[in-house]
Amino acid sequence: MQLISYTQIFRLFLIWMLFVAPLSNAAIDNPLDISGNISLQLRGFTQDALWLDQNTSDAEFSFSSELEIRWRSNDNNQRISFIPFARWDENDKKRSHFDLREAFWAYQSEDIEILLGVNKVFWGVTESAHIIDIINQTDLVESIDQEDKLGQPMLSLAFQKDWGLLDLYLLPYFRERNFSGKNGRFRGQYAINFDNAKYQSSRKRKNLDFAIRYSHFFGGVDLGIYYFDGTSRDPRGVIEAGNSDLVLHYDQIEQIGFDIQYTRSSWLWKLESFYRDGYRDAIFGSVAGLEYTFYQVFNGTSDIGVLLEYQYDDRSSREIATTADNDIFVGSRWTSNNMNDGSFLAGIIVDKKTSESFYSVEAKTRLSENLSLALEVKIMTNSQIGETSFTQSHDDYIELQINHFF
Amino acid sequence: MNYNYKYNLGLKNIFIVIALFLCQLDYNRAQAEMLNTKGFTLAARSDRSDRGFSDSEVEMTMILRNSAGKQASRTLRFTTLEIPDESIGDKSLILFRTPKDIEGTALLSHAKMLDPDDQWLYLPALKRIKRISSRNKSGPFVGSEFAFEDFTASELNKFRYTYIREEPCEELVCDVIERIPLYENSGYQKQIAWVDNSTYQLRKIQFYDRKGSFLKQLILEDYRLYNQKYWRPHRLKMKNMQTNKSSDLVYGQYKFKVGLIGSDFVKGRLSKLR
Repeated sequence: MQLISYTQIFRLFLIWMLFVAPLSNAAIDNPLDISGNISLQLRGFTQDALWLDQNTSDAEFSFSSELEIRWRSNDNNQRISFIPFARWDENDKKRSHFDLREAFWAYQSEDIEILLGVNKVFWGVTESAHIIDIINQTDLVESIDQEDKLGQPMLSLAFQKDWGLLDLYLLPYFRERNFSGKNGRFRGQYAINFDNAKYQSSRKRKNLDFAIRYSHFFGGVDLGIYYFDGTSRDPRGVIEAGNSDLVLHYDQIEQIGFDIQYTRSSWLWKLESFYRDGYRDAIFGSVAGLEYTFYQVFNGTSDIGVLLEYQYDDRSSREIATTADNDIFVGSRWTSNNMNDGSFLAGIIVDKKTSESFYSVEAKTRLSENLSLALEVKIMTNSQIGETSFTQSHDDYIELQINHFF
Repeated sequence: MNYNYKYNLGLKNIFIVIALFLCQLDYNRAQAEMLNTKGFTLAARSDRSDRGFSDSEVEMTMILRNSAGKQASRTLRFTTLEIPDESIGDKSLILFRTPKDIEGTALLSHAKMLDPDDQWLYLPALKRIKRISSRNKSGPFVGSEFAFEDFTASELNKFRYTYIREEPCEELVCDVIERIPLYENSGYQKQIAWVDNSTYQLRKIQFYDRKGSFLKQLILEDYRLYNQKYWRPHRLKMKNMQTNKSSDLVYGQYKFKVGLIGSDFVKGRLSKLR
């Protein structure tokens, strides 16, 4: 299903590129801007897998590549972006996947931009969780930090005025969340039924979702506020009678959300919240926090930032959607500001009630003009049986990734 | 009697000394004011020689060298929107092209005079626009010997000026002006600037750190004239005198009046640059 519609989008795109673009007066006399990367990833797991069917390997090799093709018209009014992404994973079939991160055409005239195609949009200000970011579906097999997103087909209009930026989105096609397969790490107790997601909307994936967002800044305050009406990006997992696998339910929701940051001197004060109405009771979620940076520490060039955030969510963490229900995040970021742009981010998220803790370390540096190295460590402790996160409590890992850019 | 006499004489002397001191003080103040005025006038002449450029776009290469001679480079596009009001700073946008792992990263600055600048950083991997603190004026810009403030602090009213002397510089004659940053969090106690008196362009700047020690020297070379009016240096050589590291900025051809407007310098545009 998905592949077919993607082929269609790709075809339309090719038709546009080959026939429509040359007819406009801004023909392709500008060269294409082609770049991309190839990455090799090695993950080592410190414990044996918890669930039946999970692969027993302690190490996992994976390979990914992203190609970025961009074009801009001479008059600067039109641009095209085409960014396919693919990953191959040695152990998990479901982690091996293909996605169009971007495939759009955009036209801009003065203060209005219209964009048609697949794109990625990010909303939010906090670091430990991105709870109000809703346009794109999470590409969960890429990383459990939920920062990777699937490309979202859309028609969007942006009005850039003196009083701020107004964005309108029509989202005609829904992307289901990616989950690890039954052989993969980072899966739950029950295998997911991938072929049979349930939708509240009778139009299923083709429900027309809608979003509108206003954003601007006032002195040291940056503000964004939005309304969303459509298919929830967070599925609910349901075990149906007589079945042993988990069926994903995608509800229709209405959501309002906002993000606000106050920047003053070395301080960043952050707050983002949403209120969602749809399945059962309305829910409310919020992340509030601050970031303070010590610049040029020890008379050198590097900076050290200190981060503190509190995560709150109405839903209990027994639901698949969230573990960030009542948690405190403390972290620190070191930025070298040297030739190789080395950086290091370490943090811990502690659940206030269960004292379950999640440790995370991310470090990266540039090896040469075209080569970079990244290290990631994620460890979970004090995980309680019955909590969602327990199902992945044996998936502590160390990841080394080498990226070649071209 | 004697005592009184002595006392009177003493008092008179003190009065004279005070009067002379006040005169001297006044003279010094007048002298200082004159030097300040002259310093400001020369700096203003230099700054205003650039008026009306409206907007500009230039590609540049930055070459970083450490003390062991190891090199790295960055290429970036620098666009500027002139704000004619001298009490408000210009707006600028830096888009990184290389190293490839940070390609597409962009930095938007709305310069202020004495208040902190407004700055936003765009991170292309997440497509995230992030308001950042501009407190870090003295920090290194992308690992170079240039500080953030070296890029944004060329505005006239960000400094207090004192004229020092006139002296030959290369084949030109330069006015030497001391400038003291008035904005907060500068990494400099003072700067000494050489401005030539034929085209009024900056030729050299020496930077003194907060302790007053000689920190860096910037040489501005290869000035070219655009539109018969606007001079631009095409090679900036910054050397750190304390660490022996250096950074060069090599500029391509400038494009002026490319039609950029205020809405090209807003945070919402950062995700649409490529």
